[in-house]
Amino acid sequence: MISEPTAATFQATAPASDSGAWAGVRWALARDLRLALRSRAELGVQLLFYVIVVSLFPLASTPERNQLALMGPGVLWVAALLASLLSLPRLFASDYADGTLEQIALSPYPLPALVSGKMIAHWLTTGLPVVILAPVLGLQYGIDGEAMAALAAALLIGTPILSLLGAIGAALTLGLRGGGSLLALLVLPLCVPVLIFGAGTVDAVHAGLGVTANLSLLGAGLLVAIVGAPLAASAAVRIALD
Amino acid sequence: MLEAIDLAARRGSSHLFSSLSFSVEPGCAMFVTGANGTGKTTLLRILAGLGAPFAGTVRWRGVDVAPFAQTLRDDVAYCGHLPALKDELTAEENLAALVTLTGESVAASKFRDALASVALERQARLPARALSQGQRRRLGLARLSLSRRPLWLLDEPATALDSAGIALLKRLLSGHLERGGCALVATHQPLELPANEVRALSLS
Amino acid sequence: MNFFRYSSPSTFYPLAGKLIPWFGWSALLLAIVGLWIGFGLAPTDFQQGEAYRIIFIHVASAWMSMFIYVVMAFWSALALGFNTRLSGMMAQALAPTGALMTFIALWTGALWGRPTWGTYWAWDARMTSELILLFLYFGVIALRNAIDDDRRADRACGVLALVGVVNIPIIYFSVQWWNTLHQGSSVSMVAAPKMAAIMLAGMLVMAIAVWFYSIAVVLMRVRCIILERERGVAWTGQLTEPGTI
Repeated sequence: MISEPTAATFQATAPASDSGAWAGVRWALARDLRLALRSRAELGVQLLFYVIVVSLFPLASTPERNQLALMGPGVLWVAALLASLLSLPRLFASDYADGTLEQIALSPYPLPALVSGKMIAHWLTTGLPVVILAPVLGLQYGIDGEAMAALAAALLIGTPILSLLGAIGAALTLGLRGGGSLLALLVLPLCVPVLIFGAGTVDAVHAGLGVTANLSLLGAGLLVAIVGAPLAASAAVRIALD
Repeated sequence: MLEAIDLAARRGSSHLFSSLSFSVEPGCAMFVTGANGTGKTTLLRILAGLGAPFAGTVRWRGVDVAPFAQTLRDDVAYCGHLPALKDELTAEENLAALVTLTGESVAASKFRDALASVALERQARLPARALSQGQRRRLGLARLSLSRRPLWLLDEPATALDSAGIALLKRLLSGHLERGGCALVATHQPLELPANEVRALSLS
Repeated sequence: MNFFRYSSPSTFYPLAGKLIPWFGWSALLLAIVGLWIGFGLAPTDFQQGEAYRIIFIHVASAWMSMFIYVVMAFWSALALGFNTRLSGMMAQALAPTGALMTFIALWTGALWGRPTWGTYWAWDARMTSELILLFLYFGVIALRNAIDDDRRADRACGVLALVGVVNIPIIYFSVQWWNTLHQGSSVSMVAAPKMAAIMLAGMLVMAIAVWFYSIAVVLMRVRCIILERERGVAWTGQLTEPGTI
């Protein structure tokens, strides 16, 4: 006669909720970073895409210095957005395809925590390199000095928002045909405020208005996204697995 | 411990099964058989909490559970069709990732032991893409061997396993059942577990 | 009266059928009155001449485009929270009409801008926000089309609609901020002329006309959606009997 499993045989493995959340974030972050580093070539290609797109605009318009200085911030931001979009489908798709996403969704760790870890890893491998490259690429557009510092700061705060919002789109479009373009259609309108406030920092510097307003708005947006996006993306992941 | 009450499931607009009720007690394994497309995988996914049934309820330890309920996520070990392995990680890293994902804290040496018990010790440092189908399945068995969860839901675990692998699977299942756990196994042919209580459910 | 008995598609279907003619004919009547006021009764504007008259359509459709998105988000929230089929169907039915309203608002806005300010499009805050709203609608419709399973589509579009509705004020605020910074003043591309009472009356009548039209069309569409998604369920087979709506 087999009795109910005793506590000794099957330990309750659920960690306390708050330690569970941090452990979940760490698990996802560590694993995704390790996976990204093992596919370094892919990361390199993404960055190269960013560099090429930024370099195309002057070729398509004009190398005239004043015009470029006006266009520059916008081009850098749009290119950052496109580079982020390029890598977003991979955020969940590979896990979905090999069955890992199911295991993640069935983990005792809170799903928003695990998803947050993935989003952070995505930003570290996609957004942060863009932020680091921007000052160099900004030279092509004659952006330097205070304007460049402002732009880099805006990119530093804004690119995580792009990763967070993009992850929602990636989760919603899991396994659907039309994947990448559909993802772009869903995500781009939502990113418009980030674009406006982010690229607007340079205008603010040129107009002598100071960057506090732009950066504070971006910062507020980041906080809202940090709280809301993991929840929305988790809901979308569960919907996709159903 | 696990009860299904009046479960019904659909795929698209076709009904897979309806009014399905059964219970699985500790120490008991239930083999779910049926031709392809009869809903074995769907049933397992519903029991694991990956999706809601079209109708009916799942009860775990006497409490009705909704999809993704915390109690299910604490107590269920689900092995689906796909072995949930990342090609870029080594066998050992994959095992560690899957086990730590379930919240278990396991000493690092235990991973090596688990790999040795499924005859994958030499492949421990190889990336998973270098493993054959059978070896991937055995990695899944290694993961099960480290699992201390009471409910095992296994979807066609014997696929791609040779006779040694199947013997290993039977050993793992028997041990699990003897410790008081229960299991639901979707399979084309039931596995013989002479020492344990086994029931069969046929979906057709 | 227990409204909840209409929360099932089979009971809502005949109710919707009865309501459609009321809203449809009222919309037509109100539209005739509104257009007569707008194009006939209201005086010629001092600054903008006859061209301003298009605001009678433009403003009504613009209001409707935003209102419908909020209503769609409401039904989406119900679909996600209570898992009811009819809520998902209502959200599905609202999106195309909302997109149409946005489209009309954009075109009438462009037609207004041309004679008044010499340009079809001037990137002012309201028109740009309206354009982004159109993209948001397209996103919901595209997502719906891409997902084969109806329940998954209901819930995915629900999440998207809710994320969108939270973003709309943010987007509007950001676009307005951007626009004032670049245009130097807070005057939008074409300001409506000072409202004589008769003009206001005309706009309100048109707004209600467009609202009733939207209700009628959405109810018609939701009936089609109900039939499509509930096919195979017994009650739909009885609809061909005489006397049923």
